[in-house]
Amino acid sequence: MAKVESNFKNMTLTLLVISLVASAALGLVYQSTKEPIAKAQMAKINSAIEAVVPEFNNQPFEESYKVEVDGGELIFYPAKKDGQLVGTAVKTFSKNGFSGLIELMVGFLPDGSINKIAVVSHKETPGLGDKMEPKKSNFSIQFEGRNPENFKLKVKKDGGDVDAITASTITSRAYCDAVERAFKALKEGGAK
Amino acid sequence: MSKFYNLTKGILKENPIFVIVLGMCPTLATTSSAMNGLGMGLATTFVLLGSNVVISLMARFIPDKVRIPSYIVVIATFVTIVDLVMQAYTQSLYEKLGIFIPLIVVNCIVLGRAEAFANKNNVLESALDGIGMGLGFTFALTLLGSVREVLGGGSIFDHKFINGDGILVFILAPGAFIALAYLIALFNKIKK
Repeated sequence: MAKVESNFKNMTLTLLVISLVASAALGLVYQSTKEPIAKAQMAKINSAIEAVVPEFNNQPFEESYKVEVDGGELIFYPAKKDGQLVGTAVKTFSKNGFSGLIELMVGFLPDGSINKIAVVSHKETPGLGDKMEPKKSNFSIQFEGRNPENFKLKVKKDGGDVDAITASTITSRAYCDAVERAFKALKEGGAK
Repeated sequence: MSKFYNLTKGILKENPIFVIVLGMCPTLATTSSAMNGLGMGLATTFVLLGSNVVISLMARFIPDKVRIPSYIVVIATFVTIVDLVMQAYTQSLYEKLGIFIPLIVVNCIVLGRAEAFANKNNVLESALDGIGMGLGFTFALTLLGSVREVLGGGSIFDHKFINGDGILVFILAPGAFIALAYLIALFNKIKK
């Protein structure tokens, strides 16, 4: 079969046409997946909120507000039942994970104690660090009902009160770091 | 006969991982569990199929000197489509595979098939080749992921069948090399 000659005009035209078609195709896909992506992300946040605070009947996602902390921002989702604050879900993070960012959703009761903690996203090692997920081990249960005022958010190796995950001390430390960050922000006027 | 051969050669005879030994980066990095291996394999299969079909259609109109950039644009387009679609509909898998989805662009297998097969053969044969190679890749990744998950975590596809931990090294990076080496050895033995 006869090949197209490699001259300047042919090469420019070919690349131009290919790029144009490719960008048009991508624009189309982007438009049609934009909504499902936003929905999937919202559903994920909502289910994390539901998992960590007591029953509520407002829209925490729409009433959320941001609090600046060192190195990033935390998002607060106030959960209310009939207008009464029943808990605050705080989306917090730690950069000290074993492999990248760890994002947690920590549910605080109005008195400042921890209700439950859910994992939003992480890249920790499967079988080791991912035990911080509530369905994979009991690690996160030890935080439930504790008030960080009198529960030191550090692993026992570092003089705290937290039992680390076996063979995942770095992940456990990062987890505590994220919870601590959420608690600090909450105390410094995060709760409205 | 030859069509059937194009479809099946990728699975055993010319398996991209065990025989051609291409695309080692995603192979070693994403196979920490069977599910991750399967997801990565299927994503790559889609890209292979799409790029093989489009490139075999266009090959005649592309001047030789700009063929590599042209192929890369086509491949990158398909990868971005996979990226967006996975983000919209399989969010948790998308987050686990992370950077390795965009990195399918530089997977040697995809460009390798475009250059070595799709630009010389017709659409049907290229499509079969893409599916075959993709399935071979998927098979290899799932097998490697299963071996590592079974040995390292005592589970398969997230179903735990032993209590406690497995041999942790298999989940970590060195385990990927060890497991892959043994699988290639086994494969060579079977082939003879």
